[in-house]
Amino acid sequence: MSLIEVKGLKKSYGDVHAVRGVDLEIAQGEIFSLLGPNGAGKTTTVEILEGFRTRDAGSVSVLDFDPQTRGHESRIWRNRIGVVLQSSADAGDLTVIETIKHFSGYYSNPRNVDEVIHSVGLKEKESALIRNLSGGQRRRLDVALGIIGNPELLFLDEPTTGFDPEARRAFWALIQQLRTDGTTILLTTHYLDEAEALADRVAVINHGVIIEVSTPTELGGRATAQATVQWRDGDSIRAQKSDNPTALVSSLSSTFNGEVPELMVTRPSLEDIYLEMIGGVDE
Amino acid sequence: MNKIPSALQLGIRRGGLEIRQFSRQRESVVFTLLFPVILLAIFGSVFKDTIAPGVTFSQYFVAGMIASGLVNTGFQALAITIPMERDFGALKRLRGTPMPASSYFIGKAILIFVSMVIQILLLLGFGVLFFGLEMPTDPGKWLTFTWLVLLGSACSTALGIAFSIVPKSGRGASAVVSPIVIILQFFSGVFFVFTQLPSWMQQVAAIFPLKWLTQGMRSVFLPESFAAQEVAKSWETERTVVILLVWLAIGIFFSVRKFKWDRD
Repeated sequence: MSLIEVKGLKKSYGDVHAVRGVDLEIAQGEIFSLLGPNGAGKTTTVEILEGFRTRDAGSVSVLDFDPQTRGHESRIWRNRIGVVLQSSADAGDLTVIETIKHFSGYYSNPRNVDEVIHSVGLKEKESALIRNLSGGQRRRLDVALGIIGNPELLFLDEPTTGFDPEARRAFWALIQQLRTDGTTILLTTHYLDEAEALADRVAVINHGVIIEVSTPTELGGRATAQATVQWRDGDSIRAQKSDNPTALVSSLSSTFNGEVPELMVTRPSLEDIYLEMIGGVDE
Repeated sequence: MNKIPSALQLGIRRGGLEIRQFSRQRESVVFTLLFPVILLAIFGSVFKDTIAPGVTFSQYFVAGMIASGLVNTGFQALAITIPMERDFGALKRLRGTPMPASSYFIGKAILIFVSMVIQILLLLGFGVLFFGLEMPTDPGKWLTFTWLVLLGSACSTALGIAFSIVPKSGRGASAVVSPIVIILQFFSGVFFVFTQLPSWMQQVAAIFPLKWLTQGMRSVFLPESFAAQEVAKSWETERTVVILLVWLAIGIFFSVRKFKWDRD
């Protein structure tokens, strides 16, 4: 079942065609990541799905609801979604727990405030004023406010910008836990490793159109791409691309009579594939 | 599945939150609540004369200060702080929740009303203790006072929210809003006796709510006999109600239709 369905979505700002016919289907329970360079139409697309912007053409259904509808219906819809925006720096004069508790009051079936504080790792900071939090802690508060309403669908926009590596890993674990609990997640990120670690499927958008939708391991023919075999031959490092790396390694092994010096077999990373893809459609 | 909380319920909760937030901003608390008292201290010490038999300048000025307090605390504060909240992304985040716009507006109205009540109590207390301010004894005047404060603060809140659309950024908001308020105060007879102003100024002022709030407050704090010295030779109470209601309607219309949650 599709939780999000987008067909022929278009949006222009004056002469700028930000989104030029986007089709998307996101299934219930998956983590779907939208990748694309700045100005590709990523933010516009997501903001239309979040109900922050109206569209010029096409059809959009999010949880069986048209996000640009206003009024009471829209409140009932918002009660079922969570939105974590790129940056917010408000309410510095409230404590973490006050803010989360207050936001929980907006929803009909909020999650337990204490549990949410625990899950984002802010227990020790719960009585601190928001203005005294570090950047990463603030970001975790943003996430807490996004999930406090117990959403069926969560929008995450660049969630780990400014995190240290340890905090990122902890955050990924939190997101994976949310998926286990049944939350569908639309993730936009600049970090390809993040998309690879979290996403079930990724879509690459550039110049206002979706170039490809695939799993992170198969995107851009990655799974079947040639592998690079690299080894040391005397004084120099040698590398060779191959469709049959196993055979190559085995023949190298007999050449070297056993261990191949500094042997490495790699396939293109998601980032390599992605950069190639967005470079390839540059006009 | 429980029901989503009603807009009014959330509005009241937001009012509590706004007050808590405001009370932690020590500088603005002191400035907002004590500024009128400081002005009374300055003007009351400079102008010692009487304006009419039994009417001291302080008595006249307190009426103006309460009225312009309504404009400062409501209109001016909101038209400056809301664009700042917008810059911070706080409004957009709220927009992403099921909280309706009306709850946000109700929360602001509660904050303005509560700070207005505290401000008035301070001003009156200070006036009575140090500047010989005489309180009205007629219950009818207190009734007028009550509806003036209620209607005035509602009107000021609505217009402040509506005007928050105008400043492009939080940083520039004060430069846009403050001069308007100061000019309005001069034109509306807050700092000077209204009838002594040039008539074109009086006519400009008569378009805006502050003149009517000030005149209404004079009807509370000055003797009945002073009505004859007003421009219209009366307090024009009915007209005051009508004009404030019209401005309230304009404020609500633009707040509901044009409110901006996001920078662009």
